[in-house]
Amino acid sequence: MTVPVTVKILRFDPEKDKKAHFETYEVQADPLDRILDVMNTIKWYQDGTLTFRRSCAHGVCGSDAMRINGRNRLACKVLVSDVGGDVGKKIQLEPMLGFKIIRDLVVDMEPFFEKYRSVKPYLINYEDAPRSSERLQSAEDRALFDETTKCILCGACSGSCPPYWSSSDFIGPAAIVQAHRFIFDSRDQGADERLAVLGDGEGVFRCRTVYNCTDACPRDIPVTKVIEQIKRSMLYKR
Amino acid sequence: MYHKYDAVVVGAGGAGLMAALQLVGKANVAVITKLYPSRSHTGAAQGGICAALGNTEEDHPEWHMFDTIKGGDYLVDQDAAEVLAYDAVERIIEMEHMGLPFNRTPEGKIDQRRFGGHTRNFGEGPVRRACFAADRTGHMILQTLYQQGIKENVTFYNEFHLMDVLTNNGRCVGVTAMDIKTGELHTFHTKAVVFATGGYGRAWKVTSNAHACSGDGMAVAYRAGIPLMDMEMYQFHPTGLYRIGVLLSEAARGEGGILRNALGERFCERYAPTLKDLAPRDMVSRFITQEIREGRGAGPDKDYVLLHVDHLGKEVIDAKLPDITDFARTYLHVEPYTQGVPIQPTAHYAMGGIPTDIEGCVIIDEKATVMPGMYAAGEVACVSVHGANRLGTNSLVDLVVFGRRAGQHAANYVQHADWEALPANHEERSKQLLSFVKSGGESHRQENAADIRKELQNKMQDWVCVVRNEQTLTSMMKTLAELRERYQKVRVSDTGTKFNTERLEALELGCLLDCAEATTKGALERRESRGAQYRDDYETRDDVNFLAHTLAYRGEEGGVKELRYKPVKITRFQPKERKY
Repeated sequence: MTVPVTVKILRFDPEKDKKAHFETYEVQADPLDRILDVMNTIKWYQDGTLTFRRSCAHGVCGSDAMRINGRNRLACKVLVSDVGGDVGKKIQLEPMLGFKIIRDLVVDMEPFFEKYRSVKPYLINYEDAPRSSERLQSAEDRALFDETTKCILCGACSGSCPPYWSSSDFIGPAAIVQAHRFIFDSRDQGADERLAVLGDGEGVFRCRTVYNCTDACPRDIPVTKVIEQIKRSMLYKR
Repeated sequence: MYHKYDAVVVGAGGAGLMAALQLVGKANVAVITKLYPSRSHTGAAQGGICAALGNTEEDHPEWHMFDTIKGGDYLVDQDAAEVLAYDAVERIIEMEHMGLPFNRTPEGKIDQRRFGGHTRNFGEGPVRRACFAADRTGHMILQTLYQQGIKENVTFYNEFHLMDVLTNNGRCVGVTAMDIKTGELHTFHTKAVVFATGGYGRAWKVTSNAHACSGDGMAVAYRAGIPLMDMEMYQFHPTGLYRIGVLLSEAARGEGGILRNALGERFCERYAPTLKDLAPRDMVSRFITQEIREGRGAGPDKDYVLLHVDHLGKEVIDAKLPDITDFARTYLHVEPYTQGVPIQPTAHYAMGGIPTDIEGCVIIDEKATVMPGMYAAGEVACVSVHGANRLGTNSLVDLVVFGRRAGQHAANYVQHADWEALPANHEERSKQLLSFVKSGGESHRQENAADIRKELQNKMQDWVCVVRNEQTLTSMMKTLAELRERYQKVRVSDTGTKFNTERLEALELGCLLDCAEATTKGALERRESRGAQYRDDYETRDDVNFLAHTLAYRGEEGGVKELRYKPVKITRFQPKERKY
């Protein structure tokens, strides 16, 4: 059963437009359709120029983070009925803030990934690993960084963060989450190197504890809590 | 734009990253990927990665090898299965050392759980062989390998779409690719190319696969004269989320989940008394299809069955199956703590693909002639380690085992191989493709790519699915010929050059059509039932005529030109009837 749905999308074509502008589309959609399905319906049958990233379509690849009715979400993890699109509420789609727009809903992810790389997001261990067996780790130690292993680098947290909008140098919540994943891993020995990056003026202390990141995370990572854990581990160290 | 690298890896999922990690430091290497590496479809794999570590109970690589061969209904090349099972152990340890956060046993070792078709002592009963990181094992493998890529400073060309593979004097000498951001064509001149571009699940309506899984690598190789092997062996995973096909891992059943029909019966025990719900995927998909056909499906249209995990308790569900229960809540508004989850078989995995030997070298005929400089690994490749049906978790094992072997072989190869020139007009085929989908308002172009894709997906779903026969397959061949005609008239309305995803989707559709045709033709000519190829007009396996790999060659104008057959390598285990 489909119902009429109204979608308002911020459009920008770098080859034609000087400024971004909204366009409105009327489509038929099932209340259980994903917002991504609705966008595909528009792209395939109404306006082929509508541009967005997408891949897995079920919230694990992180391609389609965008502002949906003002909040950062994955378009494939929000259903029409979740935002009242089936009962006449207009659905508004915009690219994430804090990122340069490339075209329509596609934003430049390069600075984001550069910040990600800056925290040395890989296991650092200076000792030789056992030759033919795993390093041991208790289930309790494994649980300490479980939440932050879920990150899919979609950028929803960083793109929802006011300090990230105002300072292009702020490392942002996503990179902090990635650093946490290693700092709290009992097998890792790179905490000092990472904390040096995070303790910088553009590191964790730029965080104003707004909780937007926690609200935005499609993987339910308690991002703000994670940032607080990093801050605390720094303060106690000093 | 022209680039010169010793080696280029196409695709940045598990296999591509593993290959790149072998090459970096030894050769000048670049990785081309249609997405960002962390978006690759390896990340969607959930339940586990098998290796006979024996951490929780007795296990041996030999048992893993046997299960893989039997699971593949004896179409597996047994030398490859042996490599898979033995190398798996080292690769798991290697990835743990790289930092992969596996779940742990009380002693702090890597925890292991049961998975379909994996047994102790040659079929006696289920064994705990699957190493796992909750139900996001693929995500953790992808993350870990990408992290290593960053550590090793691997060069990535993100958001580049593969257009063509270049050969000269019988050797592979590079690829062309389009930069999606600018629309510009790039030529990569190389000594070696590793294809790791994944599968083509988007040829079906209900699929677990990402939109990006459009068979690009297979189609590009196929158009360049390289055959595709065993394409009719396409896996339908039993437990896709009803209607949308999102995967619900076999781990749900590995942890004790049960399938029930509308009457509440645990129907798998009727069909597979020993392994029950943990029988291999081809079988469980058939059981479900039969239940639905005989009117015991659930729901108003009686077209699904229910996956129950409610009896496992919240604690087990939250610790071991958090993602898949979240999918049920998000997409179907069903609460797995208390309710059965509606599921149906979903197009999931290509056992077939570009044929290779056990070093990942691409082979081009039934005599196993190697194309020097060309490698393939992962889902795009067919080693053949999965035969007619892949066991759960073996895709991830395949990625890391054969991705590594391909990378290592390529790293050695580029040290001693000479540079071969690019062929004349090396951009011609790519430019033709691009101009074909850049037509704007030409009046003879009236076809919408989305309409063609939808027709392809609907018909493949109806006719080349869990059950096939001469009639459905013949009808599909006819439909494909029509769709190919219509594809010639596709109109792309977006005339822009930057991030023109309408054009990209039209290119991907062309790839899907080629893959679907090789699949259908292989299935039509294989007049037997084996593994995922189940024909209700030829219900038994025919080892006299079909214990062989299908090689499909493409004609110049599209369509399958010729099928050839390549013998299966049998070393330790003679084909037997497959019972569970």
